[in-house]
Amino acid sequence: MIAKAESPSGQRHSAGAQLILRVLQQFPPYRWTQARLLRWGVRGRTAVIAIPYFWLLLFFLVPFIIVLKIAFSETQIASPPYQPLFQWAGDKVLEIKLNLGNFMFLFEDNLYWKAYLNSMKVAFISTLLCLLVGYPLAYAIARSRSTWRNVLLMMVILPFWTSFLLRVYAWIGLLKNNGFINNFLMWLGVIDQPIVMLQTDFAIYVGIVYSYLPFMILPLYSNLEKMDLTLLEAAADLGSRPFKSFLTITLPLSMPGIIAGSMLVFIPAVGEFVIPALLGAPDSLMIGKVLWTEFFSNRDWPVASAVAIALLLLLVIPIVLLQRAQSAEARGAHR
Amino acid sequence: MATPSSRPELKIQPWNDPQAVPYISIERVTKKFGDFVAVNDVSLKIYKKELFCLLGGSGCGKTTLLRMLAGFEEPTSGKILIDGVDMAGIPPYERPVNMMFQSYALFPHMTVEQNVAFGLKQDRVPKAEIATRVADMLALVKLAQFAKRKPHQLSGGQRQRVALARSLVKRPKLLLLDEPLGALDKKLREHTQFELVNLQEQLGVTFVVVTHDQEEAMTLSSRIGVMNLGEIVQVGTPKDIYEYPSSKFVAEFIGNVNMFQGRMIEDLPDRVRIESPELGGTIFVDHGVSSAPDVLLWAAVRPEKINISIEKPDQADNVAHGVVKEIAYMGDMSIYLVQLDSGKVVRVTQPNAYRHADDLITWDQSVYVHWHPSSPVVLGE
Repeated sequence: MIAKAESPSGQRHSAGAQLILRVLQQFPPYRWTQARLLRWGVRGRTAVIAIPYFWLLLFFLVPFIIVLKIAFSETQIASPPYQPLFQWAGDKVLEIKLNLGNFMFLFEDNLYWKAYLNSMKVAFISTLLCLLVGYPLAYAIARSRSTWRNVLLMMVILPFWTSFLLRVYAWIGLLKNNGFINNFLMWLGVIDQPIVMLQTDFAIYVGIVYSYLPFMILPLYSNLEKMDLTLLEAAADLGSRPFKSFLTITLPLSMPGIIAGSMLVFIPAVGEFVIPALLGAPDSLMIGKVLWTEFFSNRDWPVASAVAIALLLLLVIPIVLLQRAQSAEARGAHR
Repeated sequence: MATPSSRPELKIQPWNDPQAVPYISIERVTKKFGDFVAVNDVSLKIYKKELFCLLGGSGCGKTTLLRMLAGFEEPTSGKILIDGVDMAGIPPYERPVNMMFQSYALFPHMTVEQNVAFGLKQDRVPKAEIATRVADMLALVKLAQFAKRKPHQLSGGQRQRVALARSLVKRPKLLLLDEPLGALDKKLREHTQFELVNLQEQLGVTFVVVTHDQEEAMTLSSRIGVMNLGEIVQVGTPKDIYEYPSSKFVAEFIGNVNMFQGRMIEDLPDRVRIESPELGGTIFVDHGVSSAPDVLLWAAVRPEKINISIEKPDQADNVAHGVVKEIAYMGDMSIYLVQLDSGKVVRVTQPNAYRHADDLITWDQSVYVHWHPSSPVVLGE
């Protein structure tokens, strides 16, 4: 049994791996652990998948549960600023106090509804603008000569090499009343009064489109790049003009890329905080800002957590859509 | 085997009729990609209802020529006329031509039905007519029950038929086929070859087929244009090309051939005698050859036209002694590789006309190879 050097999963290994296994199998702890794991149905391959899942469990699911717990608790002026959910009331009684008030509060005060809707609106329009700007860009890159393609892609990714915060700050310098754009336009004589751009919705859109454009371009590019161009030749051969071919062939086939790119822009844009805080008006109503205010200014952790949970639930729908689109694309790749 | 060249309507052979008007004229067409000359000064006339094969190895320019007919490439110089109309500057979507792509290029997001209907929709054919024409076409290629499937749910042979249906549904006068059977396995290919020929006869469409498979070209075509290095080296019926190749390249490209280098020693209008040290004797040809004497030339003899015998045959020419080096038993025939006394290896095929016909000849046996004076073809360098 030991000499045969077979792993419990019955996999065949390379000579080097077999040697290591053979040596390892001489050690009682190895055989003991392996036997124990096998009894629980755990094999080597399972363990490899288990590690990243354990990581996610620890650093995503556990904090999420903590936030969920806070969302159901009551505020108190203390540290931490919320009451415990579970309490040992003595006398063998565990007191669980679920406070649904925080969620009710989100419905009662229309500030939250407005903030949610406004965030959705801003994210939706930004996504649309990203798509309008990103699609032609991605198309051009995908159809450019292969020597140029990597250079162009590099230029799309290049902004990531600088801090996101710094890049948003740079837009303040560009957009403000005595900023670069206004000064340049006044120097040209196009305008004689500076245009108010900073602290408007326009600035928010500019900031979001600028920041998230690569997330739109990259999935679109990877989709358009692998498209079979003979399909367009076939369409032309059957009498379809180039623009019609684009509408009937290219556009439907790039749908998975459009959906993937749109989700990658829409989801983070809904919860965006930095861009509206730095470029938008102080009274601009975005859910990310509301969350920040609740958490840090009001120190109302339970309501802030409820806002976060509600936001997450609202975003689960587009995430599910994204995964559907991606699996559809993966299935399409098997064609 | 009913080769298309025996088809009744092509007995007329428009290419031999000086009055016939070609449907496609390719006039001195050259196509360059940078410095690379893909198609070099090609002139060709193809007639209505022909099934014309462009045959050649990879990179010989046959696909480029086809793509110029479809309109995907513009000739660098020269003219292409289809039905008398100069095609220069006419985009593919305005040409009266349809193409079946080597990869089939089926639209993956459309069903079989939608794929076939695509071309008709571009022409704004009324909906009811589209439906009947698509249904008729799918019935013709025996795919009616697969109408609602997507291409990835079909087998290779079915996809090939969808591609064919899609390119035929617009009733083009000219159909271009790029390696139409290339992606099919051998059995399916043989079956489809005959289907394709039948369909072509039934619909009366002119076919131009690109293929690298000489067997496919022989079976399908009314005429073959053999291409090499961007040039057409010979045009003719399958029989012409096989029996009377015009060059060493064509003789070697189509089927197997034994080449004997030699020198003309007798050059008369009705017969030729060649002395060939490679054969170790003389080659007598019972037809005249247009060649100056005393020039190095090649006599090409097909393997199936060579006989093999143990006893010395009663003829002074076209005979050589050798030893059997290899025997390959193929069932319907056997292939013998005979090494002549000169060292040259000759390929001979003999039909196994009766059982154990091949038993007499074994490895290392001393044999004579010989052939009829009508068999050799004399070719220049």
